[in-house]
Amino acid sequence: MLMSTNAEKSTTTWQHHREARDSRLEAGARLARGKTVEARDATRLLEAVIRPGDRVCLEGDNQKQADLLSRALLAVDLSKVNDLHMVQSGVVLPEHLDLFDRGVARKLDYAYSGPQSARIAHMLFGGKIELGAVHTYLELFARYFIDLTPHVALIAAVSADREGNLYTGPNTEDTPTVVEATAFKDGVLIAQVNEIVDQVPRVDIPADRVHFVVKADKPFFVEPLFTRDPAAITEGQILTAMLAIKGIYAPYGVRRLNHGIGFSTAAIELLLPTFGDRLGLKGRIATHFALNPHPALIPAIESGWVQQIHSFGSEVGMEEYIRARSDVYFTGPDGSLRSNRAFCQTAGLYACDMFIGSTLQIDLQGNSSTVTTSRIAGFGGAPNMGADARGRRHPSEPWLKAGGEADPDSPALLRRGRKLVVQIGETFGDRNVPLFVEKLDAIELAEKLNLELAPIMIYGDDVTHIVTEEGVANLLLCRNAGEREQAIRGVAGYTEVGRGRDRNMVERLRQRGVIRRPEDLGINPLDADRSMLAARSIKDLVRWSGGLYAPPSKFRNW
Amino acid sequence: MEDLSFQHRVRGRAGGSRQNALVGVVASGNLEVLVERTLPDAECRLEIKTAAVGFGEVWTAVIGDFVERYSPGGLRFSINDGGARPDTVSLRLAQAVRLIEEDGQ
Repeated sequence: MLMSTNAEKSTTTWQHHREARDSRLEAGARLARGKTVEARDATRLLEAVIRPGDRVCLEGDNQKQADLLSRALLAVDLSKVNDLHMVQSGVVLPEHLDLFDRGVARKLDYAYSGPQSARIAHMLFGGKIELGAVHTYLELFARYFIDLTPHVALIAAVSADREGNLYTGPNTEDTPTVVEATAFKDGVLIAQVNEIVDQVPRVDIPADRVHFVVKADKPFFVEPLFTRDPAAITEGQILTAMLAIKGIYAPYGVRRLNHGIGFSTAAIELLLPTFGDRLGLKGRIATHFALNPHPALIPAIESGWVQQIHSFGSEVGMEEYIRARSDVYFTGPDGSLRSNRAFCQTAGLYACDMFIGSTLQIDLQGNSSTVTTSRIAGFGGAPNMGADARGRRHPSEPWLKAGGEADPDSPALLRRGRKLVVQIGETFGDRNVPLFVEKLDAIELAEKLNLELAPIMIYGDDVTHIVTEEGVANLLLCRNAGEREQAIRGVAGYTEVGRGRDRNMVERLRQRGVIRRPEDLGINPLDADRSMLAARSIKDLVRWSGGLYAPPSKFRNW
Repeated sequence: MEDLSFQHRVRGRAGGSRQNALVGVVASGNLEVLVERTLPDAECRLEIKTAAVGFGEVWTAVIGDFVERYSPGGLRFSINDGGARPDTVSLRLAQAVRLIEEDGQ
């Protein structure tokens, strides 16, 4: 008996995956000199190392795109590579979807699809893509380590040395997470780089995790996603921003926070050194951020408001400014920004007391979504930023105050705090589309596509405040669904939802401070003027930065 | 073009001593509001020339709320609307009443 057991053991192997990886590497090595593969051989390399049905992470981040490798993958021989399961946070380039049209890929798990949101919706309806799920960034990263571990990852970096050490530059973004999950679970790592150098400025990814390096003929594509031109900020947005500062930032003393991208939050950033200063709030609010390097924050940084910023990614044109302001930003030994999406998302989830951001639709329960019937933009980071972290245990003034408002009767020592989750916007958005709706398009979409879950960006029970030009609705103070609905209707202005409000109930909510109008907060509508913005143009931002901010050409009109 | 006119009884006279004020601009999506202190204290009148036809119901709602919130007694508003959104109309009306309530002139 004993002998036969031993015999069985000696034939069992526990290293199938390692062996499979080694045979992939061997096939790929025939096309490489050392680790280096010529760009013209990129498609052949992918045919050599990728197997049909593989889970592949084609690095598409929020900003940085492995565009050369995308095109190379699109060109594979379908008899060698097909039916791939793409697991990537950003579906951003047209090639990302062309893969499904061509049959290179079949299944998709992703988080964000900004510029491809209309086409991805069309392809989902047409059955071209088998959808796993639309995730938040952190959620997809988590699944990389549990049930969506890539077999092959195709990543992008600025430079590599001969051994394969990678320098990602300021847009480190998702790369360390993708590499960690792939390299340490017997996967294959292929990096496209802008250049091969003798010594990289800093090592963002160590060489022993990188198997092949392809030198691209031109730098990888980066999208300037976080630049908002102050010239386009309206007086309505300025009024709304003043309501947020005086009605939320000030009373809760919010120092640690995340701003979503949009004109409303850009307006807040540009009002800190003017309106915020007048209110004596410097040092008391907005000192620590989980935030991409928003150019609109430059005047507040220069005025000494901001102590520290950790970033998910970078922003085009901000490189030299960041380098010169290392007291504020996280930088490497080479002096340039080190971003990291997974860590920054975690920071936003656990170490920030407030998220404030825009959305496209809010319903009567406060559920919010950026999905419309023709566009599926995905979630990105908003659901993690805009959610209470149930594992949080450290106290802070805003978190405890919000918790107390939501649940005044529990004993303080046993009461959870609450993260402030603020949705900000104008009652009518682009092309006069109302922000408030009776039924979210996301629900209609889920019904049409037979999804088990409607794609909700932020659930109503996580939303604590809604701010519009009509006022601030504090949902923490609502005691039942009826009050909540009227609080939302009460700041919904002249949308159908707003006009359907119960005027008496809204007035009672206002008396209780659940709704606060500009006049309740002592905000003079005459201050809602563009002269109140610390910078009124991109050029003003350049001036504030002492010439360090170098805006991309599409934002220059001089 | 459409001409609309609203007349309201109000609780009391608008504060301040200015005789008139002008806010906004005539432009697409914006509006100009001229306000003059020419009526009896308990009256308020708004005359609107608008580029967007068929929004009478929304105007009625916007102006009803405005009059209730600001009690602009004695004021006559002449509005030149370039198809502004209701939120912009509300803001301009609030600005106009605030401006005429300032001292001077």
